[in-house]
Amino acid sequence: MTGPAILLLLAGLGAIAWVSARARALRLQTVARATGRRDAVHSLPGYHGWYVALWTLIPAAIFLIIWVNVAPGLVTQSVLADPAAQSLPLDGFSRSAILGEARAIASGNQAGAFNPLSQGLVEPYRAALDKYGIAGAVLALVLAFAGGAFAFTRIRPDFRARTRVERLVMASLLIASLIAIITTVGIVASLLWESFRFFSMVNPIDFLFGTKWSPQSAAMGYGNDDAFGAVPLFWGTIFIGAIIAMIVAIPLGLMSAIYLTQYASPTVRKWMKPTLEMLAGVPTVVYGYFAALTIAPALRDFAVAIGIHGASSESALAAGLVMGVMIIPFVSSMADDSIAAVPQSMRDGSLAMGATTSETIRKVLIPAALPGVVGGVLLAVSRAIGETMIVVMAAGLAANLTANPFASVTTVTTQIVQLLTGDQEFDSAKTLAAFALGLVLFIVTLLLNIVALRVVKKYREAYE
Amino acid sequence: MTEEQIKLAIENPKMSARDVKVFYGEKQAIKGVSIDVGMDHVTAFIGPSGCGKSTFLRTLNRMNDTVASARVEGEITLDGENIYAPSMDVVQLRARVGMVFQKPNPFPKSIYENIAYGPRIHGLAAGKADMDVIVEKSLRRAGLWDEVKDRLHDSGTALSGGQQQRLCIGRAIAVEPEVILMDEPCSALDPIATAKIEELIHELRGRYAIVIVTHNMQQAARVSQRTAFFHLGDLVEYGVTSDIFTNPRQERTKDYITGRYG
Repeated sequence: MTGPAILLLLAGLGAIAWVSARARALRLQTVARATGRRDAVHSLPGYHGWYVALWTLIPAAIFLIIWVNVAPGLVTQSVLADPAAQSLPLDGFSRSAILGEARAIASGNQAGAFNPLSQGLVEPYRAALDKYGIAGAVLALVLAFAGGAFAFTRIRPDFRARTRVERLVMASLLIASLIAIITTVGIVASLLWESFRFFSMVNPIDFLFGTKWSPQSAAMGYGNDDAFGAVPLFWGTIFIGAIIAMIVAIPLGLMSAIYLTQYASPTVRKWMKPTLEMLAGVPTVVYGYFAALTIAPALRDFAVAIGIHGASSESALAAGLVMGVMIIPFVSSMADDSIAAVPQSMRDGSLAMGATTSETIRKVLIPAALPGVVGGVLLAVSRAIGETMIVVMAAGLAANLTANPFASVTTVTTQIVQLLTGDQEFDSAKTLAAFALGLVLFIVTLLLNIVALRVVKKYREAYE
Repeated sequence: MTEEQIKLAIENPKMSARDVKVFYGEKQAIKGVSIDVGMDHVTAFIGPSGCGKSTFLRTLNRMNDTVASARVEGEITLDGENIYAPSMDVVQLRARVGMVFQKPNPFPKSIYENIAYGPRIHGLAAGKADMDVIVEKSLRRAGLWDEVKDRLHDSGTALSGGQQQRLCIGRAIAVEPEVILMDEPCSALDPIATAKIEELIHELRGRYAIVIVTHNMQQAARVSQRTAFFHLGDLVEYGVTSDIFTNPRQERTKDYITGRYG
């Protein structure tokens, strides 16, 4: 029996279980209600239906999930026990190639065999697949019936089906939320493990404080010392993400938030705010094109024209400017929320003192909204330094330690991409360096986020 | 104007309103109110919720300007000058007509900075020493000096509700206004804090023309010398406070005062 058929059958059983359990509960409860006692009936009939349906489906589903993972092993075992398998080569690789081919033919995914040996195994495979397929289906159905029957016998007018169904709902919500957390933990664990391997090859001090970054020379066999000094990368990241981008994003974001909250008419606000927020929805690779093809060449020509040395067609300034524009909506929407959260009474108080709108904004609203704005800026920085596409396309690869915005610099994220898309074997120091960089980036953005959320939360409490 | 109101017209009124109508969009909130406010008394506006007393109060320093849909008709004068005339600078007006709100709304700054805010905006202090004098004088008048003189640089929001409200009164006094409008200044305060504010109003009387909106009729009776009763956007009756409370001429006033509605 095929997989879809079993699932369909189970779904049908579940539906039958729901309908019949509900009908039975309804009947029993009608009788119980006639006694006139208010506590004679507990849950609505629908809850009884769900209770029995879930008992029908969940044990069978769990069994099927386990079975799908266990069955292939059992099939292979029974095929290997077949006399035709005695002639298989002992070498593991060709052995599993032959077995795989036989399996593909047996299950109908492949028409004919390349290897005559596998042709002989097709029949035993087919037999084993059938045997275990039927066994699995029968076991699943038995479980479904057993579960359903068990639950069905528990239906009584005062049975607390609602409590149980709701507990299950809560459990599934909990599992859903745990998945994200478990994934994060898994990512951190893998980062930590690979970073640990890297740091067993390269001294962490050299990595964190070294100023020479040339993983290529390490890969070419000049040794790992002095090749993995990540300071130029950290500097490039900060220079682009936290300095240039913020010089663009903070004033523009703040000023647009002030305009939108204090001066714009409701109609203007209704149009401008979503338009501004659309900037946040533009894929970063599009910003990358824009930075690399439009802004960067123009900046280089400009720098050459005013006689700046070392101007490159891939410059920190181009990447930083475009990233700043990308970040504007983050800053402006956080600032907007913070300013709007300052109570109207504060604004009235200032206006009633004879302050003008702009005095009120400068002296009351902004100071009061400042913690929220700072939190927004920190979140924006954390996003900017983790941003990859723009810097990959526009910032360049040269690990320069320079404050010249027209020069090419590189960032942590750019280098991670470079290191992982190389042709090095996976356990070389060059590849593992990507994980160490990722770990540093992760820790920094995590800290920024924690601080930012703290600040924002504390500020929110101040007005509640 | 009715007979009654003309009789009550005050010699040399500080502010006077003539046939003032206020609209919020299509809806008319004030239906032609005429009233004079004198320098020597505290004037109380009473009336049930939604009767327009707060709306009318806010026309007196043009705080309704901040509401986009609000429109004011009629004439309101301050020392005979129309405050809605194009030549009137609203910043100047609000410096002369100060306001205290229902809920204490000190700025999230130090006590000192809260008081210094207005004088700084209007350039009233020549230097730090000058400002210190203004701050002390304002806090003394607001009856708060002795309680806060050792912690002037603590945050104004850390004070108790009653202290915050007196801070807001001090803040309004600091710009040397001529009129102080109070919009239910005690409704968020406990009875002890309320008593202190009422005492303060007594002390401030005569130095400033004070208009107070209140829900609390006992409070109106205690602090005011003139009372105006508003109902559904009309000024129903305006008179000497003791007359209004002991001998109301209008049926509606009588009903309200005896607790028939409101």
